[in-house]
Amino acid sequence: MPDTIPPDSVGIVTPQTHHFNEPLKLTSQRTLPHYDIIYETYGELNADHSNAILICHALSGDHHAAGYHSMDEKKPGWWDNCIGPGKPIDTSRFFVVSLNNLGGCKGSTGPVSINPETNKPYGPDFPMITVEDWVNSQARLADVLGIKQWAAVIGGSLGGMQALQWAIGYPDRLRHCIVIASAPKLSAQNIAFNEIARQAIMSDPTFYDGHYYEHDTVPKQGLMLARMLGHVTYLSDDSMKSKFGRELREGEIKFGFDVEFQVESYLRYQGEAFVNRFDANTYLLMTRALDYFDPASQHNGKLADALSLVKAKFLVMSFTSDWRFSPERSEEIVKALIDSRKSVSYVKIKANHGHDAFLMPIPHYDKVFSAYMQRIEI
Amino acid sequence: MTQLRSDLALISEWIQPKSHVLDLGCGDGVLLKHLRDTRQVTGYGLEINETHIENCIASGVNVIHFDLDDLNKGLCDFLHSSFDYVVMTQALQTIRRPDLLLLEMLRVGGQGIVTFPNFGHWTCRVSLGLRGIMPISPSLPDEWYDTENIHLCTIRDFERLCDDLGIEITRRAVVDPDHRTRLLMHIAPNIFGEIAIYQIQKGD
Repeated sequence: MPDTIPPDSVGIVTPQTHHFNEPLKLTSQRTLPHYDIIYETYGELNADHSNAILICHALSGDHHAAGYHSMDEKKPGWWDNCIGPGKPIDTSRFFVVSLNNLGGCKGSTGPVSINPETNKPYGPDFPMITVEDWVNSQARLADVLGIKQWAAVIGGSLGGMQALQWAIGYPDRLRHCIVIASAPKLSAQNIAFNEIARQAIMSDPTFYDGHYYEHDTVPKQGLMLARMLGHVTYLSDDSMKSKFGRELREGEIKFGFDVEFQVESYLRYQGEAFVNRFDANTYLLMTRALDYFDPASQHNGKLADALSLVKAKFLVMSFTSDWRFSPERSEEIVKALIDSRKSVSYVKIKANHGHDAFLMPIPHYDKVFSAYMQRIEI
Repeated sequence: MTQLRSDLALISEWIQPKSHVLDLGCGDGVLLKHLRDTRQVTGYGLEINETHIENCIASGVNVIHFDLDDLNKGLCDFLHSSFDYVVMTQALQTIRRPDLLLLEMLRVGGQGIVTFPNFGHWTCRVSLGLRGIMPISPSLPDEWYDTENIHLCTIRDFERLCDDLGIEITRRAVVDPDHRTRLLMHIAPNIFGEIAIYQIQKGD
């Protein structure tokens, strides 16, 4: 908890919820009759509404991207390193919108919400949501906020896919697209990791085919395992070596299977903390949205064709030690943009933090990001 | 506008307005920025140095993080004939295989423009021939052990290489670091030219 709010923080923020009564047709052909979206905003919208930035969150993110909900909150929002006065996404210049995606578990309509048809939580009956659906729902939020065109849409990882989809689906509604540590589609290896995570959740005896709310329980072990696996793939071998090495918790081996190595303790702690803040059905849904995303598939696998109508200028960034969304995957996006003569800059940042690097304070990353944002005209 | 480096000022005049240009080793993006502002040129710079990349972004120049020495990849990221010009200023001598890169340049671009410091300049000859040490000059400022220039060549070397590779030289300029072409450079460019600038294309 902060004793005082740091000067480069957006300070205390309060989420808002908008209720949408107009049904949303989904890619799966199902329809959400009505839904809520929870969001936060930082900075001030200018008179001609030209300084709005949309932040798209990743797998386990939410609308709370920056600042504090109260003086009692231990940590600021998940991207506080990059959002605030004087930070790359400078809130003294930009009006920043960050929302919790549909299917989420932090206040937007999702599996934990009450299904009006049954008066019970949706659970596994919540419709499958795709990246395209998210972007469509975000466009409606933009309408509500009076934002015809974003100065930039920005996202890392799964958030980067949403930013890319914005440029494809709404070419006139954004001027800049910033895609960080992302990919134009998941590889087989990536889908495999997601599948193991889903199996861990679905094979937990307290999962009850997704109806665990009715049994007043959660598939704790399964969700914990899924998160532990995910966490390993977000770090790099080097970062784990420097963070934990082979350090033992009590200085000696015990010839058993309890937690002995520091890395085990860390993973279990991360897993347990995650169970307390995240919903298993949401995790299933988000990983599936990741798996399905492939804008090139509607253009005979040619990403350059999928991007042929984009108008936004792109900044693509990747990190050297990221093996979950490796630089080569970002370079596929860059190549497609160059082939179709779009405006793009690409920076591969040296970092040993693995995929998580996009959340870290890294000087070169910070400088590139800030320099790009400062060029954006408002 | 700040003064352009001499070879860059000359190159700009060689490039047709509204062209699509790839600049290999674009540094701070000065050439591309100048071409964008004065000739509506589009394109990208390739660069590996972090500070240069940051400066390109700050000037709004499209820059792509790229290692020119990664010749396993070559410029294979780029489609055949996707640029009107591929430019490489003062970087040829820093590349591990300049010959292969020249061919790649003419694969992805219709025209190539190359500049390099002429190692046949009389000061280099004096330094090496009389004093017996590697030359240091304004265009070759570093000591032999910490220079990036691993493949220095003379004007005659370069033209022989082009001949061997079937590359046609369509234009040549020889200047001093102040962008001046003096009479002696016309008479004996390989002795009096400090910086050589070539426009090349695929031979018949």
